[in-house]
Amino acid sequence: MPTRIVVDPITRIEGHLRIEVVLEGNKITDALSSGTLFRGIEKIVENRDPRDVWAFVQRICGVCTHIHAIASVRAVEDALDYRIPKNANYIRNIMTLTQFVQDHVIHFYHLHGFDWIDVVSALKADPAQTSALAQSISGWPLSSAGYFRDVQTKVKTLVESGQLGIFANAYWGHPAYRLPPEANLMGVAHYLEALNWQKEIAKVHAVFGGKNPHPNYLVGGMASAININGNNTINIERLNLVKTKIEEAQTFVDQVLMPDILAIANFYKKDLYGGGVRNYLAYGGVPTVDVRNPDSYLFPGGIVLDRDLSKVYDIDLKDPKHIQEFVTHSWYRYDDPQAGLHPWQGRTEAQYDGPKPPYENLDENKRYSWIKTPRWQGKPMEVGPLARFIIGYARGNQRMRTLVDDALKKLDLPLSALFSTLGRTLARALETKYSVDHLAGFHADLVANIKAGDSAVFNPDKWDPSTWPATAQGVGYCEAPRGALAHWIKINKGKVESYQAVVPTTWNASPRDAQGQIGPYEASLLDTPLANPDQPLELLRTIHSFDPCLACATHLLNREGEEMLNLRVI
Amino acid sequence: MGKQGGVKLPSSDSFYRWARSKGVTRRDFLKFCTLAAAMLGLDAAAVPKIVQALETKPRMPVIYLNLQECTCCGESFLRSAHPLVADLILNMISLDYMEPLMAAAGEQAEAAKAKTMKDYNGKYLLVVEGSPTLGDGGIYCTIGGKTATSILEEAAAGAAAVIAYGSCATNACVQGAYPNPTQAVPVRRVVTTKPVIDVPGCPPIAEVITGTIVHYLTFDKIPELTNQGRPRAFYEHRVHDGCNRRAFFDAGQFVESFDDEGAKQGWCLYKMGCKGPTTYNACAVTQWNDGVSYPIKSGHPCIGCSENNFFDNTPFYTHLADIPNGAIGFNPDKVGVGALGVAGVGVLAHAAATGAIKGREKEEKKGS
Repeated sequence: MPTRIVVDPITRIEGHLRIEVVLEGNKITDALSSGTLFRGIEKIVENRDPRDVWAFVQRICGVCTHIHAIASVRAVEDALDYRIPKNANYIRNIMTLTQFVQDHVIHFYHLHGFDWIDVVSALKADPAQTSALAQSISGWPLSSAGYFRDVQTKVKTLVESGQLGIFANAYWGHPAYRLPPEANLMGVAHYLEALNWQKEIAKVHAVFGGKNPHPNYLVGGMASAININGNNTINIERLNLVKTKIEEAQTFVDQVLMPDILAIANFYKKDLYGGGVRNYLAYGGVPTVDVRNPDSYLFPGGIVLDRDLSKVYDIDLKDPKHIQEFVTHSWYRYDDPQAGLHPWQGRTEAQYDGPKPPYENLDENKRYSWIKTPRWQGKPMEVGPLARFIIGYARGNQRMRTLVDDALKKLDLPLSALFSTLGRTLARALETKYSVDHLAGFHADLVANIKAGDSAVFNPDKWDPSTWPATAQGVGYCEAPRGALAHWIKINKGKVESYQAVVPTTWNASPRDAQGQIGPYEASLLDTPLANPDQPLELLRTIHSFDPCLACATHLLNREGEEMLNLRVI
Repeated sequence: MGKQGGVKLPSSDSFYRWARSKGVTRRDFLKFCTLAAAMLGLDAAAVPKIVQALETKPRMPVIYLNLQECTCCGESFLRSAHPLVADLILNMISLDYMEPLMAAAGEQAEAAKAKTMKDYNGKYLLVVEGSPTLGDGGIYCTIGGKTATSILEEAAAGAAAVIAYGSCATNACVQGAYPNPTQAVPVRRVVTTKPVIDVPGCPPIAEVITGTIVHYLTFDKIPELTNQGRPRAFYEHRVHDGCNRRAFFDAGQFVESFDDEGAKQGWCLYKMGCKGPTTYNACAVTQWNDGVSYPIKSGHPCIGCSENNFFDNTPFYTHLADIPNGAIGFNPDKVGVGALGVAGVGVLAHAAATGAIKGREKEEKKGS
C-alpha cells in the first residue's frame, strides 16, 4: 500500500516549508511542496513612498539579506529611468558577490552539510588519517592530527554530555551516508571553522551598508559617501578592511570549500537522483558596467528548455506573456482562478480554504500553499546556481565552462551529471569560486575610479518626487543566491500603486499550475529514493540542494491517514 | 526602572538531582543513560560518561522558535564574535531546537523539542524569533500543521523565561505595519504568565542577543530591564546619545542631500530622516559586525528599527519634525539655519522634539 509521508518542519532552511510525498516501496511517486507562512508585505507597501520600499521588502528575507533591497531600488530606478553613479554600481556588485560567497558557504556547511556529513561517524575517525587526507587535498594550515583530535574531543564531550543540542535526533548512521569517518571528521572541523569565518566576510556589508543582516540601500545610488581624506566616510581604512576580508574569503573558498566539495562529491557520485524539471531560467545579473547593458553581466541571463544546451531563449520581464503567476493551487483570490497574471497586473489577496489547524495532511488536488505558481510561457522553471551555470555554459561563458569541465573531469562525471541533487550542490560551490574570484576585481575598479577623481555614490537628479511623472512602472531584477529575483512596481502620484515580488523560491517551491504541471521541488523528489522511510535523509538532501528560502517553506511528516493511503508524519 | 530586573529563576541543579526530586529512581536514570547512548549509536563504554555528565550541572537548554519572520535575527545570532556562536551553542547552552540549524527534521525535530519541554519543565529558556499571528485562526503561519500561536503557547508554558528576540517578536515589525493583513502581534500579547525580555531590532546586534543569554547563564537571573522591558545594558540610551556624528547635530551642521559636501564631511543625518534621537539601541556604542560600523556611521539615517511600529513611522527620509502625525510642532530646517555655529540651540530643539515623540508613543500605547 502506498504510504504518504509528511515532513514538517523541513529544518535547516529559511522559513516554513512542508513536504508531503507518496511512497511506493522505496520510490517516491508523488510529491507536494507547501509554503506555510504568509505575511502580506506586497499589500503593506501599497501607498508608501517608493524610496522607502526597499527597507520593507528587504525583510522578505534576512538570509538572502540585501538582495531584495537591490531588486527594489532597481525597480524604482527602472520606473523613473534613474541612473546611478559608477561607484554605486561597483559597491552594489561587491555587496552582491559578498552575499553570494557568504550565503553559499553557510548553505554548504550549516544548512546542507549534515545531509552529507555524519557527525557521529566522525567520532570513530583516526585524527592522523584525517590529517593525511586534509593535507593531500589542500594547503589549508589547520590540518594537523592534533587539531583534528581537538575537534573530535569537542564533539565527543558534547555527545557524552547527553545533551546533543543541534545534533539530537538526526539520521546518524543512515545507509545513505557514504563518507568514511576520517572525511566526516574533516567535515565537522570545517563546519565549525566556516561558522567562525562567515561573520568576517559579512563585515564588507557593514562598511558600505552600516550593518549585516539588512544593510542600508538608497534609490539613486548608495548612502556611504566617499571622501578619501575624511575620517567619517569611506576612506582608505574602510577600503583596506574590505580588501582584507575579500582576501580572507578567497583563501577560505580556495583552500576549504573547493577541496571539500570535490572530496565529498567523489564519494557520492553514484547518487545522481533529484534532477527535477528540465527547464532552467536566469534573469542575469551583476552588471560590470550598467544594469541597462546585459552584455556586461557577470551572470548571463536566458532560458534553457528540456536540458537542451544548444539553444538559449531570451526572456522579457516586461512582456505580459513571458512571466505569469497562477494561484490555482495557492491560497489567494483572483477574479478568474485559472488565470495567469503578469506581475504588473498581479494581486495578493489571501483566501485560505485549507484544513483547520492542527491538520495532518494537505490535498494536492485542492489549494495547498501560500506560494504562488510562476511560469515562463506556461512552463515550470528551475532557478539558482545550477540554472545560472547551465545558461552560462550554453551561452559560452568561458570561465563558467572551465569551472564546470574541470570539476566534472576530476570527478570523472559527464555533463549530464549536473542534472541532479549533487549537480545542484556542485554548481553552488563552483559559483562561490566564480564569485569570490571577481570580488577583488570590483574592489580594484572602485579604487581606480576614486583615484581617477570620481567620488560620487549618489545621483540627486530624481530624488525629489516632484521631478517624477504622474505614473510610472518598472521592474528591478537581479540574481540572488537562490536564483532569479525580480520586483515589479507601479507608481502613481509619488506613491506605490502596486508591488509584486517573484522570488527564487517561488519558482522552485511552486505548487502545481492550472495545467497540473508540478513544480521543481516536487519534480525533483519523484526519482529520489528513500532507503529508510522513517529517516527521509535523501528527501532532505534533494530539497536542501535548492537552498530553500521560504519566508518561503515545507515540513516532513508521516501519519496514519485516509483509506487509500497509510499516512505517516516524519 | 528595572521593574522586572533581578527576578530570580530556578537554580540549575543537575539533571540527575532534578530527576530524583521528581521521583525517578537511580535504576531508571541509568536505563535512560543507556538508551541515550544507544540512540546515538555509541557503545557501552560511553554510558558512564553520560551518567557523569547528567549528574553534574547541565548546560542550559534553549528552545528557539521561528514564527512569522525573515530569519535575519537567526543570521545576526550567527555573527556573534564574543562569545563566538560556536562556543555558545556547543559549550555554554544546549540548543535543543532551532529550525535553521538543527540536524533533525520533521517529527524527529518536534520530538527533540517535546523532550526538552518535558525533561526540563520550568527550566529551559525560550527564545522567540518572529511574531505570532492571530488572523483567521492563525492559518498564516503553521509548523507541523499547528499554528505558530499554539506552538508559542505550548513552549512558553514550561519556560523559565522568554526572550522576544527581534522586532517581529517585540512589535510585529514589517508584517505588523499597516494594514497588518495577518494580525501579527508581539509575543507579549500571547505570553502573559512568564517573564518576557524584549530584545528589539531588525535584527538586533549579534552581541546584544548573545549577551542577554549569557547574562542569564552567568548570573542566574534575567538582566535588569528598562521600563519598556528591554535589557538596560543595551537599550537604556538613544542611538543619538552616543552617535559619532552628534557633535555636528549640536553645531547645527547637517547633511542636506545625500552625497553633498556635508555628507562627505560626515555631518549629522537628522534632516535626512535619522531616527537616532528617538531610537533606544546600542548601535552607536557596541556597533555592528564586531564593531565595524553602524548605519549612521556608514552614511544612512537610522530607521529606528528597535522602536515600536517603526515601519509606520515613515516616510524614512523625512525628518522627524515633518512626519505628518501632527505630534511635533517644530521644524529643524528653521532651527538648523538659525543654529549654525550656535552650539546648544540644537540640543534644546531636539530635546523638545524627543519629548513630543515620547509623548506620542505613550498615547499610542494607551490606544492599543
